[in-house]
Amino acid sequence: MISVVDYRAGNAPSVLFALEHLGLPARLVDTADEVAHADRIILPGVGAARATIDSLVEQDLVGALSDRVQGDGVPFLGICIGLQVLFDHSEEGDTDCLGWVPGQVRRFPDTGRVPQIGWNRVRFTREHPLTADAPADGHFYFVNSYYGAPADPADALGLTDYTVEFCSVVARANVVATQFHAEKSGPLGLSLLRAFAAWEPAASEPAC
Amino acid sequence: MLTKRLIACFDVVNGRVTKAQQFQDNIDVAPAEELAQQLYADQIDEIVFYDIKASAEKRKIDLDTVRRVAHHVFVPFTVGGGIRDVDDMFEVLKAGAEKISVDSMAVRNPEIIRDGAAAFGRQCVVLSTQVKHVGIRDGIPSGYEVFIDGARLATGLDALDWVRRGEDLGAGEIVVNSIDRDGTASGYDLDITRAVADAVNVPVIASGGAGTVDHIADGLTAGGAQAAIISSILYSPRLDRNVGVRELKTGLAERAVPMRPYLD
Repeated sequence: MISVVDYRAGNAPSVLFALEHLGLPARLVDTADEVAHADRIILPGVGAARATIDSLVEQDLVGALSDRVQGDGVPFLGICIGLQVLFDHSEEGDTDCLGWVPGQVRRFPDTGRVPQIGWNRVRFTREHPLTADAPADGHFYFVNSYYGAPADPADALGLTDYTVEFCSVVARANVVATQFHAEKSGPLGLSLLRAFAAWEPAASEPAC
Repeated sequence: MLTKRLIACFDVVNGRVTKAQQFQDNIDVAPAEELAQQLYADQIDEIVFYDIKASAEKRKIDLDTVRRVAHHVFVPFTVGGGIRDVDDMFEVLKAGAEKISVDSMAVRNPEIIRDGAAAFGRQCVVLSTQVKHVGIRDGIPSGYEVFIDGARLATGLDALDWVRRGEDLGAGEIVVNSIDRDGTASGYDLDITRAVADAVNVPVIASGGAGTVDHIADGLTAGGAQAAIISSILYSPRLDRNVGVRELKTGLAERAVPMRPYLD
């Protein structure tokens, strides 16, 4: 059972619809107690970093998520803003984030149109169970003004170019995250969700 | 690199997609849910759904149809029509949309753009504009005026002033919908599309008039748009021949327009 975190600034229903379409058992969760018992978690998002963190704090989910993901090591997938809030800090609204992945969230330079909206290419940097079925490079749907910059380049599983080269997929132990909307990236995105549902992070990898 | 997008546009009445000509005389095409499934299978890049009567009828958007479409579409899905405030936006997002399109309501209450961007992020708010060539005159320095309520009501707003203001308020994308070209299959109005693309730094979407691959290519190159809204060419019963997404993408690739490749 996949637990999709439902919070005010999120688009949890879109993710749930995609999982249902794939025939994967899933439910929306919005309480700390539900998160504490989740065995696989997706944190979706369309919102702003500040609004997202505020929602998570307001719904008392931050502690439960940290305990379950960082402490217990359950598989976790962040999507879009769900990737950005994993870092230490976001330039968007000068927001302190969860700090599970060392690094910063920065705004795209104004030399290109911001936000980036559309289908862009992702190059995968190494093999990973999440992307086992994905082509070495394929197009996925992005909507973002900001991007995560991991302090450790090894945390970047996917790279994409948009005025700068940025990390479009994060993978660190039991935590993975996509800047693109996997639930809105057609068959390639759906295959990635299917892979996440089956993913068992290696026991040897320490919890994030 | 970021590719250009083909966006299928649904003008929905009572759960069914319709097709108008210059915002009038809507004729029936198909149930929205059915057409959405078909276009998703045909690898459309995005779908935008307008509940075209909601605003004029002063009622809430048809969330049931939104939800049914969202269940079948795993590409981005924008919804507009009758959105009055952040609570309406929230309901539409909960029904499965990623982006909210505001148009007439934003002219009446521009703060809705700011409120939506603050609550859900700038990328969530699409400002759609109905523009008409009226000639350069006092208060309309661009020669294009903004209309609302299904092109029925002139606002006195200059198109370029309005899109700049919309961007400042927090719109993440701007749709330039030419009233003169809507449903005519005579090509986008490239002049105003290009002028808007030059005036703002957010993505711009050409709309109204695409009847051939060349029209789409022109909108995405000479028009300076990042995406093209199409509808007649895909399914208007008024055209002798409709064209599928695959053929459009092949044609655009031949014209060196970067597109998401069609997957076999």
